[in-house]
Amino acid sequence: MSVARPQSNIAAADDELTIFERSKPGRRAFEAPQLDVPERPLDELLPPVMRRREPPRLPEVSEPEIVRHFNRLSKRNFDLDTGFYPLGSCTMKHNPKLHERVAALPGHAKLHPLQDPSRAQGALELMWRLQEALGEIAGLPHVSLQPSAGSHGELAGVLLTRAFHEDRGEQRTKVLTPDTAHGTNPATVTMAGYEVVKVGTDAHGNVDLDDLRSKADDDVACLMLTNPSTLGLFETGIEEIERIVHGVGATLYYDGANLNAIMGICRPGDMGFDIVHFNLHKSFTQPHGGGGPGAGPIAVSDAIEPYLPRPQVVRREGTGNGTKPFYELDYERPKSIGRLRGFQGNYGVFVRSYAYIRSLGAAGLREVSEVAVLNANYLLARLRREGVLELLPAAHERLCMHEFVLSGSPMKRELQIRTLDLAKRLLDHGVHPPTVYFPLIVDEALLIEPTETETKETLDRFASILAEILREAREDPEVARNAPYSTPVRRLDEAGAARRPVVRQAL
Amino acid sequence: MSSYTSVTAEDLREMLETIGVDSLDALFQEIPSRLRLERELALDRGRSEQEVFEELRALAAANTSTDDEISFLGAGMYDHYVPALIDSIIERSEFLTPYTPYQPEISQGGLQAMFEYQTAICELTGLPVSNASVYEGPSAVAAAGYVAKLSGERGRFVVSHGVHRHSREALATLAHGWGIEVVQAPLSDGLTDLPALDNGVSAVIVQQPNFLGAVEDVEAIAEAAHEVGALAICACDPLPLVLLRSPGECGVDIAVGEGQTLGNRLDFGGPSFGFFAATEALMRRIPGRIAGETRDVDGKRGFVLTLQTREQHIRRERATSNICTAQALNALAGVIYLSWLGREGIVELVELMLQRTAYARDRLQAIDGVQLAHAQPVVREFPLLLDAPVDRVVGRCREQGVNPGYPLGRDYPEYPDGLLVAITERRTRADIDRLAQVLEAAVAAERRELAQASA
Repeated sequence: MSVARPQSNIAAADDELTIFERSKPGRRAFEAPQLDVPERPLDELLPPVMRRREPPRLPEVSEPEIVRHFNRLSKRNFDLDTGFYPLGSCTMKHNPKLHERVAALPGHAKLHPLQDPSRAQGALELMWRLQEALGEIAGLPHVSLQPSAGSHGELAGVLLTRAFHEDRGEQRTKVLTPDTAHGTNPATVTMAGYEVVKVGTDAHGNVDLDDLRSKADDDVACLMLTNPSTLGLFETGIEEIERIVHGVGATLYYDGANLNAIMGICRPGDMGFDIVHFNLHKSFTQPHGGGGPGAGPIAVSDAIEPYLPRPQVVRREGTGNGTKPFYELDYERPKSIGRLRGFQGNYGVFVRSYAYIRSLGAAGLREVSEVAVLNANYLLARLRREGVLELLPAAHERLCMHEFVLSGSPMKRELQIRTLDLAKRLLDHGVHPPTVYFPLIVDEALLIEPTETETKETLDRFASILAEILREAREDPEVARNAPYSTPVRRLDEAGAARRPVVRQAL
Repeated sequence: MSSYTSVTAEDLREMLETIGVDSLDALFQEIPSRLRLERELALDRGRSEQEVFEELRALAAANTSTDDEISFLGAGMYDHYVPALIDSIIERSEFLTPYTPYQPEISQGGLQAMFEYQTAICELTGLPVSNASVYEGPSAVAAAGYVAKLSGERGRFVVSHGVHRHSREALATLAHGWGIEVVQAPLSDGLTDLPALDNGVSAVIVQQPNFLGAVEDVEAIAEAAHEVGALAICACDPLPLVLLRSPGECGVDIAVGEGQTLGNRLDFGGPSFGFFAATEALMRRIPGRIAGETRDVDGKRGFVLTLQTREQHIRRERATSNICTAQALNALAGVIYLSWLGREGIVELVELMLQRTAYARDRLQAIDGVQLAHAQPVVREFPLLLDAPVDRVVGRCREQGVNPGYPLGRDYPEYPDGLLVAITERRTRADIDRLAQVLEAAVAAERRELAQASA
């Protein structure tokens, strides 16, 4: 099966131009509103010594050119609305269209962040209700919506941990992270001023409890854990982990990247976690935008609450009979870690996630997790039936949660193609590849997360495509090794790009 | 209620059978039963799309937006006009719904847009390297502080009191964990009055124009920083910057700032984007994604995420930042906006604001009981001092449909009745005249009340 297609070089060349290369002196899109005040000499308003010699060399292009340029660029992107995107740990689920409509309502989109709370009651009420809902989902009562993304939530969490210990007069220096952790976990630990101590994984894919016991001492501030783990497995020893970690007075941090597996089924708070972050751009449908925006709210226990970032959205009950509650921003938080960013967080993201939670309700959220886990286990079973697992075995023979890990190690040995080659060949089939080479502890790893919004037919087709690529590689491994063929560009020289970085257009 | 799933009863039966379990519940058997939630989440029932739309519309209607009043609020985010073509482009599924471009062959659109964005930010800041965005302005200041921290063992940041309070606080939140002390440089007549520096200073951080709207002598501040071997960091507002000497020209090492004014909505404070540009010397310490140009195996130009050995997914605990998801879609809006304005248009836009701001400043300071907090040159924002309680004056103006600005006293107790007024291109001469009229009436009314109370 060949899915390569011929390309017109002329069209390709025009597609490749940057907006700066399209620039021509004298072209323009913008017309300024009329100057309706008496014009004063520029030198009088801004002395020449303060002024730029030359304006920024921005492109000079007309509106039709801008529209065509960016529309053409868009066609050089693969996207979730067009095809299957089983990118493990990223939860590429459908982004409901309603959310864009409600987020764009002027009352939300044109609300100034410093508007007086009495004139932003709708926004503050929405934020308060979202806090309440997220707290219930996490099983932890106090929520701050402020962090801007997952890793920002992690940073908040580790800083909260620091504040918690310092308030008890303790200066702990280490934070434990499993060797399966997302890279953001150890990076966050360093950025928060702690030392990273790695904890191993046992033969079943769980945290190695003996290793954890040997490293948990009273210099440990926190254990950061993802559950289900990045192996797509539930930490069956979570209760013992909780005893060990709390036994040395450390906090237990829940990385919410994989929350999509357990909503309404079990709760981090009930497992003993003290701090949780949510990725609203994963489980709660904020579109990922090609790399953001997201939001990374945190939920915490009573013990951690005093340290939450400033300000906090609070509800004050009305004083008289029949008076409505009033929502406001509480800055009077003397033990707070302080601010993490400007204003109140990524409100536009909150609108979308709140709409999602309202649409689904309790039963719908549980159904999300049930079907996410169903789809992952079904896909794994289909791959087994197709014989794919003979060359790409599951890292662990267990029921998976919402995602699972395969190892391309036998495939590499027997077919002489690597996981990277398999991923690149998937591009020719119109499928986004899974996450590859992560988690690091699995050789030639593929991390596959189908999400709940995919149909059985899509999963069947994906299984067939993987089987087809392996069959093809058995006949001729060169096909996969040189893939892709049908994409706007083929394999790119990434090493060369890093060696001699060209990170802006020469003008 | 929809959970956007599509499993039919028949699908479910076939799927469970293929897996080899007899119920959905059996898929969760590895979760210890003590930890299972034996009830429904305490959330409301699910609702139809129409019901959710109506609820969200009602919540929106309970807010007073910049369409509902004549707003002179700024102080970090500004009510600029967002051209229609931005919505039409960024709502395209191909930009809205992909993940971070980990597979460059099918992400050339997003990667090239990042490269174009980086080029535009380099032009604005006069610095040679830009990343593809960070979260927003204040956290960008904190991120710049982290780069300074990685660049040496020094124990102090000197931060101008003219830097936005949110930026100062975001920096302090992180600096605490690094054991770095944050020392504030005071303002004098609206401008940073830098104290004597020594070689314990890691970085000097200023804002251009500063929070009080004044244009700082960034070059002198950068020189002072460099004399003691500290980094010069400038938080800047990208539109006023178009007329001002660029951070690069002034010798700044890192220029960061809030990108909301570049084609992004107010959104009650986010999402917007932060920009982050620096010198070549700091290229390998910059946080976050950077797009770079390269070639494919056929020699065709293409773009990739580059210098990834700085990043958390490769370098883990030795990464120069933990940032992963940033603000790609908002940065895309930024580069579309800058293309729409263009080289000549952007100057015309900022000059229009400059003229209207000058007009407003003259008009308002002529009011009895109103004076300027400082007389330094400004571009789009300036502070007034009122001879009346500012909160009450603001309340009176709002009753007339005018939001006159941001009460300064919350952040600058030295100006308890200060009012920071922002003039974007959306505020016409008629709007400014209306502001002058209601402000004059409000100040006069408050002064009358004060006089009566004391009499």
